[in-house]
Amino acid sequence: MKTPFRVALSAAVIAASGTMVSADTIKVGVIATFSGPFAIYGKQYREAIEVYVAEHGTTAGDHEIEFIYKDVGGVNPDTARALAQELLIRDRVDYLAGFTFTPNALAVAPLIDQSETPTVIFNAATSSINKQSEFYVRTSYTLWQVTEPLARWAWDAGIRTVATTVSDYGPGIDAENAFRTSFTALGGEVVDSVRMPLSTTDFTPFMQRVRDIEPDALYTFLPGGPPTFGFAKTYNENGLAEAGIRFLGTAETEEVNLQGLGDAAIGLTTAYHYSGAHDSDLNRQFSARLAEMFPGSVANWSSVGAYDGTHLIYEMVRAAGSDGPAAIEHAKTLAWESPRGPVEMDPETRTVIQNVYIRQVERDAASGLLVNREQGVIATVGDLGWDR
Amino acid sequence: MSLTLNILVDGIAYGMILFIIAVGLSVTMGLMRVINLAHGGFALIGGAFAHWLTMAQGVGFWVALPLAILGTVLVALPLERLLYRRIYGFGELQQVLATIGITFLMIATVNLWLGSSLLQIRLPEGLGQPVDLGFRTLPMHRIVVIGAGLAVMAGLWLVLDRTGFGMRLRAAVDNRATAASLGIDTGRIFALAFCLGAGLAAFGGILGAELLPVDAYYPLRYMVLFLIVVAVGGMGSILGSFAAALGLGILETASRYLVPDFGTIFFFACVIALLALRPRGLMGRLT
Repeated sequence: MKTPFRVALSAAVIAASGTMVSADTIKVGVIATFSGPFAIYGKQYREAIEVYVAEHGTTAGDHEIEFIYKDVGGVNPDTARALAQELLIRDRVDYLAGFTFTPNALAVAPLIDQSETPTVIFNAATSSINKQSEFYVRTSYTLWQVTEPLARWAWDAGIRTVATTVSDYGPGIDAENAFRTSFTALGGEVVDSVRMPLSTTDFTPFMQRVRDIEPDALYTFLPGGPPTFGFAKTYNENGLAEAGIRFLGTAETEEVNLQGLGDAAIGLTTAYHYSGAHDSDLNRQFSARLAEMFPGSVANWSSVGAYDGTHLIYEMVRAAGSDGPAAIEHAKTLAWESPRGPVEMDPETRTVIQNVYIRQVERDAASGLLVNREQGVIATVGDLGWDR
Repeated sequence: MSLTLNILVDGIAYGMILFIIAVGLSVTMGLMRVINLAHGGFALIGGAFAHWLTMAQGVGFWVALPLAILGTVLVALPLERLLYRRIYGFGELQQVLATIGITFLMIATVNLWLGSSLLQIRLPEGLGQPVDLGFRTLPMHRIVVIGAGLAVMAGLWLVLDRTGFGMRLRAAVDNRATAASLGIDTGRIFALAFCLGAGLAAFGGILGAELLPVDAYYPLRYMVLFLIVVAVGGMGSILGSFAAALGLGILETASRYLVPDFGTIFFFACVIALLALRPRGLMGRLT
């Protein structure tokens, strides 16, 4: 099975690279979730890509760029691999992009190594992915990249004891480890670590437990949507804020679901690389164009991941066309202004070096909407988890 | 001491929410014997209406609640006439397939209408406030939910056990042909009972939304929870569902206080053990 496939793939790639030079259309395969509970990621990616295309046209250098979207449905590494195979062999794509979940991104590593296809990760945030292939470049962030600055900020803010409460799944456990390692290295103490089942609907018991321990702050990592909603609500209703226990998070207050959290979210502190309220012309322009082209759409971190990823693809195509290794070499030298702020590709980890901001949720006086108001840059960092 | 009290208070509050969102299913699946996996779908529709009314139309919560329930019943009625009427006669597997198909249609419709993000339902001022119980605080809406759960329990018992409608419904379920030959309009009785189930689903979806927030994938996310309550309670027994919901709520809350890392395993192990000992649930009737 394996050997014939490799032959077929190599043959297809040779054929593809042969025809591409004259055909002059570079295809980009986007593998993301366009249906099911995680459909929002695919929607955000596609809209951001279309905004970029509307702004910059469909050509990069001498090449026409075309996007092909494939639905992976959810956390399905096998499907991701099959789709990548189909895109590489049948559609003859020169670039791959998308990837919300770490397992899906990891599944295509052997394929992209063989076909030398630059693969731009729009989201998946585990550091180790980029070690599996030279052809991964990442325009999102890594868990360590936002967690370590948060731990440092907490320490500087006088927080000495923290209870961690994370959802009991891969990223949650990674986040717990990242926070604990960073915070204890500074001299802080993690007084309790609770791993909450993913299916948890009532967070009251965990909150009561944390309240009884009385730490200075509560660090949490939860998947977006309903769990975050329940958690933030329970945090408020059980009076943890009044008891002086601060909330420390990362992606919990992302923009798509932020309005849904309601007043319960006001005052929550998070460290993250993108806020919809980031004060720059480029960000305002990006958000405005997105809302104009897709009424009701709000930019969040996955939108900027895709927007910057598309920029990266355009730059790679402009410099190297369909030559994968040359494209990656070129990508490593890039720095640009993103809606999130200035970013730069780290040549070693192939993840963007970027600002991490400390933000607090507040109600914007002008629009009446909840926003993640940036209180300041807490760090400009690369992938801090690369050597862990 | 305060731990026991905490477990009890949180357990009862959580159990009441479980009861309120599952009781509609205990009417359609338990009493009418339709394996209605679309139950969560009706809760979703109720929640979606309530979201739209309170957020987009600026209607107050206490007005939006009955309107959303009415809206859900108005959706349920034609569905019953067109689809469920045929589904009643299906075998169990076909019922599962048909109703899960209906669930997907509902999810897709709400997704198209309101998107896939959280559908917040705006509560009136008073409901969001914490109430001081002396040894700790409890949010007002949980107290309201406990009251509503007791009221639903009492109301259903009255309707099903003490009215002509309840009697006819039980007769129609037990033997439809005989009931029809005695002059009972079984079609109408079933339609009414079905609407009651859908209305209760909407009621539960809206009141429970503080704990089980509504979004387009609500029906699939919480399907197992609804089914467990009805299965543990025993098919066809409202009182059984009530006892099961409270028991499960306290059990789950206790496991989260005492052994948080094993909460889920502990919970499902207890459910499995109970169903192994009593396959028909706590108060299931022998059929």
